[in-house]
Order: sequence, then structure tokens, then C-alpha cells
Amino acid sequence: MTEPDLELMNVAPGEHHDSMLSETVSYVVGLGLALLLTGISFWVASTTSLWGPGVATGLVVLAIAQMGVHLVFFLHITSGPDNTNNVLALAFGVMIVFLVMIGTIWIMAHMNSNMGVNPQLMNLQTQRG
Amino acid sequence: MTTSEASTIGLTHGGSEDTGLGNRGPQSKNIVVPYGFWLFVLSDMVLFSALFATYASLVHATNGGPVTSQLFNRTNVAIETLALLISSFICGLAVIAAKRKEMLWTLIFLFLTGFFGFVFLVIELTEFAGMIAIGAGPQRSAFLSAFFTLVGCHGAHITAGLLWIGTMMAQIWAKGFQPHVTRRLLCLSVFWHALDIIWVAIFTIVYLIGTLP
Amino acid sequence: MFGRLTWASIPFNQPIPLITSIVVLSVVLAVVAWITIKGWWPYLWNEYITSTDHKRIGIMYIVLALVMLVRGFADAIMMRTQQAISVGASQGYLPPEHYDQIFSAHGTIMIFFMAMPFVIGLMNFVVPLQLGVRDVAFPTMNNVSFWLTASGALLVNISLFVGEFARTGWLGFPPLSETQFSPGVGVDYYLVSLQISGVGTLLTGVNFVTTILKIRAPGMSYMRMPVFCWTSLAANLLIIAAFPVLTVALGLLMLDRYLGFHFFTTDGGGNSMLYMNLIWVWGHPEVYILALPAFGIYSEVVSTFSGKPLFGYRSMVFATLAICIISFMVWLHHFFTMGAGADVNAVFGIASMIIAVPTGVKIFNWLFTMYGGRVRFTVPMHYAIGFMITFVIGGLTGVLLAIPPVDFVVHNSLFLIAHFHNVIIGAVVFAVMAGYTYWFPKAFGFTLDERIGKAIFWLWFIGFYFAFMPLYALGLMGATRRLQHYDDPSWQPYNIVALFGAILILFAIALTVVQLIYSIRTRDRRRDLTGDPWDGRTLEWLTLSPPPHFNFAVLPDVHGEEAYWTRKQTAIREEQLIEEPNYEPIEMPINTPTGVIVAFFASLCGFALIWHIWWLVILGLIGAFAILVWYAWRDEHDHVIPVEEVQRLERERRRVRNALLQELIKTT
Repeated sequence: MTEPDLELMNVAPGEHHDSMLSETVSYVVGLGLALLLTGISFWVASTTSLWGPGVATGLVVLAIAQMGVHLVFFLHITSGPDNTNNVLALAFGVMIVFLVMIGTIWIMAHMNSNMGVNPQLMNLQTQRG
Repeated sequence: MTTSEASTIGLTHGGSEDTGLGNRGPQSKNIVVPYGFWLFVLSDMVLFSALFATYASLVHATNGGPVTSQLFNRTNVAIETLALLISSFICGLAVIAAKRKEMLWTLIFLFLTGFFGFVFLVIELTEFAGMIAIGAGPQRSAFLSAFFTLVGCHGAHITAGLLWIGTMMAQIWAKGFQPHVTRRLLCLSVFWHALDIIWVAIFTIVYLIGTLP
Repeated sequence: MFGRLTWASIPFNQPIPLITSIVVLSVVLAVVAWITIKGWWPYLWNEYITSTDHKRIGIMYIVLALVMLVRGFADAIMMRTQQAISVGASQGYLPPEHYDQIFSAHGTIMIFFMAMPFVIGLMNFVVPLQLGVRDVAFPTMNNVSFWLTASGALLVNISLFVGEFARTGWLGFPPLSETQFSPGVGVDYYLVSLQISGVGTLLTGVNFVTTILKIRAPGMSYMRMPVFCWTSLAANLLIIAAFPVLTVALGLLMLDRYLGFHFFTTDGGGNSMLYMNLIWVWGHPEVYILALPAFGIYSEVVSTFSGKPLFGYRSMVFATLAICIISFMVWLHHFFTMGAGADVNAVFGIASMIIAVPTGVKIFNWLFTMYGGRVRFTVPMHYAIGFMITFVIGGLTGVLLAIPPVDFVVHNSLFLIAHFHNVIIGAVVFAVMAGYTYWFPKAFGFTLDERIGKAIFWLWFIGFYFAFMPLYALGLMGATRRLQHYDDPSWQPYNIVALFGAILILFAIALTVVQLIYSIRTRDRRRDLTGDPWDGRTLEWLTLSPPPHFNFAVLPDVHGEEAYWTRKQTAIREEQLIEEPNYEPIEMPINTPTGVIVAFFASLCGFALIWHIWWLVILGLIGAFAILVWYAWRDEHDHVIPVEEVQRLERERRRVRNALLQELIKTT
């Protein structure tokens, strides 16, 4: 098999490989979307016209959306068949990231509440010496 | 997924006429090197996830010291975010210029990438210095330890990236666009974009949620 | 100038460490002198130390692992002796502060510097050969990985002579490991050496995942890879995912100790439970980083010596991947008693029990592979059968421990110690010994002595049962782990039996050395002239023993599962080898001293960090960065093996293979 065939089958992470958008356009679109999402995030965080308890969740959703924009337009991670290995690795990484974060937060929150530890007051200095 | 697609990536087994089942031998270095680096970046993401988990577990452990809403300045964060985003964007332009083998533009774009990264770093360090000056240093409470470690670890990555950008510029200038040099530049861009992704998580979770009314 | 380092750091007044230091130093000096007198340094430098050849790096890993096995076992037998005599009025011969260092060093060394290097060494040697390729994805990085691991091992062993080692157990739990309660350098030795070797391990993980996913012989699709490659892939994915978390846990503890942060301290709002959580996020996958490649070795061994394809290949692959994922969802079962509550404990307990299912699938697959096969009871096969028996017992006690209420009763008792030694010796140690015996002829061109090998197996096997079955009983009687002294005389008989088991294992390790020397001396009558001494089924047996630098003159074209077996049967049927191909010059990566120099600076930097010699820390960091830039600047990447050389070696191989083929045709 010749080199070009291999290049068609697999794309390196970060390598642009999309016939729809030229590479420069991809970056410009990405920059625009990222700026937009960042702007919305800062607006959501400072406005008082939204339902308070939902703001934090909304911010997390916006952040995940912006990460997606970065992945697609800057890192060129797409759903194309040539990108399968890159996406599988990413999926594994994302799974681990969520397991570690959610697991830790869940465990520590339950431990604090079960052991009667109020983190704000947690100061075991009395044990010293 | 169609059968042919599945066999292209080697997921199906037997019965296919393609004896290679999609694998035609070792892939070229242009694929292998960035892929390995991509795995490294993903492991870095796991590292940050552990730091985020630590921060989330300790954010209320303020030990009677300052809390999030007393410390963070949103304007600063907005400028930092902007600087890093522009830096990331220009880094992409540097890769495009390098592909067209335009030495001058590659170097200019890399310099600007580094410059905006440096601006980010200066603002961050100023913020750190200000907090330490008012007695809100990392030794003050578990919350501040976690804050300085999480944000500082990102800053340390940016610093390493700046060192890399400097070395990269020298290398491109001295050696031209040899294949292994452009591969390294691609890896650098992956690293730099990934740091921007982590910053998105930091400004949202640490700064914006931390300063909600 | 020298930070905390003074003459008082060297244990002149403590006889046991002093004598050990003198003995170890004399042995090291004797070896160095011997190599110098024999004039072997250039050979070692060119063929091993700076080599980027995966086979040589694999061998170096295994040598490191064997040396560390001796060190770790010396700790073990000292502990068993102490526990056998330190009852009632007797205090034994080890004072508590020394005993604490010994059990900490034993665990740290056995996991990080014995089991890990052994497993990684076997993967290094075998995986590229089984995939039918010439090297790993990043050969230089492979060399760097090894030397960073060696650097960590060096620092741990320096703690024997200079200063002290941690007294905080193999995971260094805070708050005990915080400066407030452990002001000495012991914990710093522990932290720094693990951080350095951890970087090496992470790079190995990246290297091997890339190799297995991107660098395989033509036609070697995923579902045709040998199971050892699959389990290596899963183990290395776990390395990539888990080791960063270890880096964070140890790093935060370092920040606490060095810069006065408050992550795990008893004051300032710190929460030491967070450390348990983080360290076990790494710790549980670590168990499978060791166990999965072990399962791969058994799969190869059982299939080869039963003369049958592996039963349920696909279920084996899926079980491997299932274990890979589930192993990341069970970490809390190491600290059920911490107080996260019934609902959290229940979720993690159930997940822990579920992981027994894919593991059970594997056991049945091995049994069914043997069923109906023509089993040859060689040494590796002994280990495989010994493993199946032992591991089932260990697995069942593991399922017991996964039940939170049971765990509350035996948590941190000797029952737990018995359990994890049961799985780690039963699965990992037996596997690396099997792999060592199985692939030794491939590495060196002659087999290990079979009779001594069987004696070693039986000593390990019986020794294990004598050493650890009493600990199950002791655990249920209420004996906790890490006891330097106990009052209840009824425990003593059990401890004496355990000591007897440890002595049997001592003989096993001594015989391993004897076996090696004896086999080298009698190598002429145990040569592997065919490259296929066991009638193998995977591609490593296609090439010569030992393989040429480039492994395969032409990358094998893979048809079907069991790449080599298919090829061998075709050759027998057609009564000829495949046609001689056109040879081409081969590009191989050049040697580089980068790894050993980086490790030198890393060791320097680490030692300086431990002793707070700040100028040396900076010097070490600058040195390491400079060597990396110097390496990045190189122009020459590969050296070319000319066609004539390739042709000469390959013709030699074909001659040997033809002889084997004629032999096989005659027998079938």
C-alpha cells in the first residue's frame, strides 16, 4: 500500500482533514463560536434575570459546549471514519475524567455528611500533640 | 456503521474478502507521533480531573479564611480568557503557515502565540501575588491550597508551553520545515489547544460559579 | 550547601542497616570490578544501556525486577522472622522504627520495582514480536522510560544507606506521612522515587497503546491479535488513565510537606480522607495493570502447551475490556470503613463483585482450552495450573472482602494481607515466572533447565500456601497487619508456619539463581536451533532465537487468527516455506544515551529534593531540559541495515526453518 492511502484512512489528532471547510475558515468559525459562548457564560453569570438555582448548571453546559467547539474546530476531532481511533481515545479519556470527578465528589460529600464533618469548621487541631 | 466501514477499522472479523481486514501494516510516523502525543494529552486531562475533584471537595474548607466570592475578579478572568483564546487561535494559524512552509509567518504567528500566552501568565501571577499579599496564600486554608494548585498547575503547563514555543521557534529557524520538526509543531498545537480547553473548565468552575451571587 | 544531609544521616550506629549497606555495596563494587576486568563496558554501553531495541530494554527491565525481587524478599523474610519470635516478653530483633521501614519498603519495592518492571519487561520483549513488527512506536522514549524506573529504584535503595525510608506503609497515608508526624526524609524518599518512576511508567503506557493501535503487521487486525497483546493494551490504557491520579495524590502530599499547603493536614481545613480516595483511584486499576498482562501470559502458555487455539478468544477479549473499564469503578472497596455510608458502600461493593464475572469467564476459557487438548506439563504449564487453583481461592476471598459488612470485620487484618498476596503471588508472580521460562529461549537462544524449573515452581507453590494460609486464620482471629509485636501466644504457631513458608520461597528464589547459572553453563546442550522450541502459535516463534535486531526481514503477512500457527500448517501442507521475498534495506532507530543521562539528572534532582539541596535541584532540572533539547536537535535518526546483511540473516533463518519443516513433515 502506498502512503496516500494510509493518510486517507487515518488522521493524526490536531490534523485538519475536512472537505467542508478550509482550515483557516475552520479556525475563524471556531474563534467566533468560542467568543460567543464565553460571552454568554459571563453574561449568564452576572445577570439577575435568570432563575438563580439553574445558573450553575447552565454554566457547566455552556462550558461543555465550548470544549466541544475547541475539539471540533481547533483540534479537528470529528466523527469521520478516519478519526475513529482519535475519538475512541478521547471517549475513554472523557469516561475516566467523569468517573474520577463524579466518584470523588460523591464519595467525599457522603463521607463529610455521614461523619458529621462540616468542611467549613473542619479543623482537627485539637489532635495535635 | 456499515460492514465495510467496520472492516475498514478492523472491528469485524472473518468472512471479509479483504484479507488485511483494514490493517495494512505499521502506519506512518505522521500518524503515530501525534497519536502518541494525543494519548499523553488525554492523560494530562485525567491529571486535571483529579485536581478539579480535589478543588470541588475542598472548596468550602476555608478554615475561617476568605471564600471564593471575596477573592476573584471577573474582569481579570475575562481578559485572561480572551488572551488565551486568541493565543490558541494564532497557534492554529502558525500550523497553517508551517504547512505552506512560510518561514516568516510561522515565526511571527508562533511569537504572537507565545506573547498572548505570556500576557495570560503575567495576569495570573499578578492575581496570585495580590492574593498572597492580603494573606490569602496557599498556606491559609485547604480551599486556597486547592485553588493555587489547580490554577497554578495550568499556569505551569502554560510556562512549559512557552519554553516549548521558544525552543520550537529556534528549531524551525535553524532547521527549516523538516518532517520531524513540523510533526513537533503539530504536537505543540495540540498541547496548546488542550490547555485552552482546560482553561474553559477553570474559568467556569472556579471563577464564574465561585463568584455567583 | 548540603541541605539536611550530614554525616549523621548515615546509620553508623545501627548494626543491621550498616552491615546490609556494607554487603550490598561490596556486591555492587564486585560486579562493577568484574565487568571492568572482563572489559564488558563497551558491550554493555552499546548493546544494552543506550539501546533502543525493545528486546534489550525488556531484558533490562527483567534484570531490574529480579534484583528488586531479592531486595523485596529480604524485607519479607525479615518481617516473617520478627513476627515468628516477637511474642509476649520477647521484642524480637527489629525495633519498631526499623520494622516500619521494612514493611513500607517491602510493599513499595515489590509493587513498583519488582512486579511493574517484570510485567513491563515481558511486554517490551514480546508485544512487538507478537504484532510482527520491528520495534515499539517510540524506541527512544522506551529507553528513557526504563532509566526513569531504574532511577526511582536507585533512590529507594539509597535510602538504605543514607537517611531512612518511609515508616508509613506502602501508600504513605496522611496525616501520618505529613511533616508534623513524619519530619524525617523517609517519606520524601518514597514520594520522590515514585514520582520519577511514575513518569517512566506513564511514558511506557503511551508508548504501548500507540504501538498496539498503530503499529501492527499487515493483516494483523484487532481480532487477530494474540490475547497477550490485548491484555497489554488494556493494561497500558489503565496506566494512561490511572498514573496521572497517582501523580496528583503524591504531588499534593509533596506540596503539603515542602510548601506547607493544607490538603491532607490535620489543621487548616485539610482532609486526609481525600488522599485515600485519590490514591485508590490509582490503586485499584494498578492491580489490573499487573493482573491483565498476567492473564495474557497464561492465555499464551495454556494455548501453546495444550496444542489448541485458545477457547473463547472473543469472550477473552471482551472480558479483558470489561475488566479494564470496571476496574475504574470499584476503588472505594479499599476504604469501606472510612464512613462514606451504606449507599456508597453498596454501589462499590456490587461493582467489585461484578468484576469477578469477566475474571471467571477467563478461568473457564483456560480450563476449556486444556480440555481435550494434548497438555504438555512443562514449567510454564505448571505455573498456569498452579495459578488457576490459587487464584480462584484468592478471588473468592476477594469477593468476601467486597461485602462491606464482612470488610468491616477483617479490614486491615492479616486476612486482607493473605488475600492480596494470594492474588498477586498466585496471578502475577506465577505469571512472570511462567513468562520468564516461556520466553527465555526466545531471548537468549537456549532453554532454562526443566528439572530445576519444576523444583522452583513447587517451592513457590507450596511455600505460598504455608506462608499465607495461616494469615487468613490469624486475620479471622483478630491479628491486624504491620504488627511489630503481639501479646497473644496462640498466634505464634501460625506465624512460625508462615515463616516456614517464607523459607521455602527463599529456596525458590535461590534456585532461580542456580537455574540461571546452571543453564548458562550447559547452554550448548539446550540450544534452541529452530526458533520455535515449544511448537508455538504466535509470531514471536517465527523468527530466530535470539531474534535479529530487526526481528523480521520482511513483515509477516497475517492470514487468520494464530498468525504463526496458520503459516506453519500451510508450510507443512505444501511441504515448503513461502517463497523468498525481495529484501530491502531496513531502517532501525539509532542508539542514544539520552535515557541514561536524563535518568542521571532525574536521580540527582530527586536526591537533592529529598535532602533540600536546592541549588542541585535546579542544576538537575536544567540538565534534564538541556539533554532533551540536545536530543531534539539531532539530525541522524535511523541507521540502515544493508540488503546484504538482511539477506544473509534471513537466508540463515530459512535454512533453519527448512530443517524444522522437514522434521515436522516427518512427524505428521
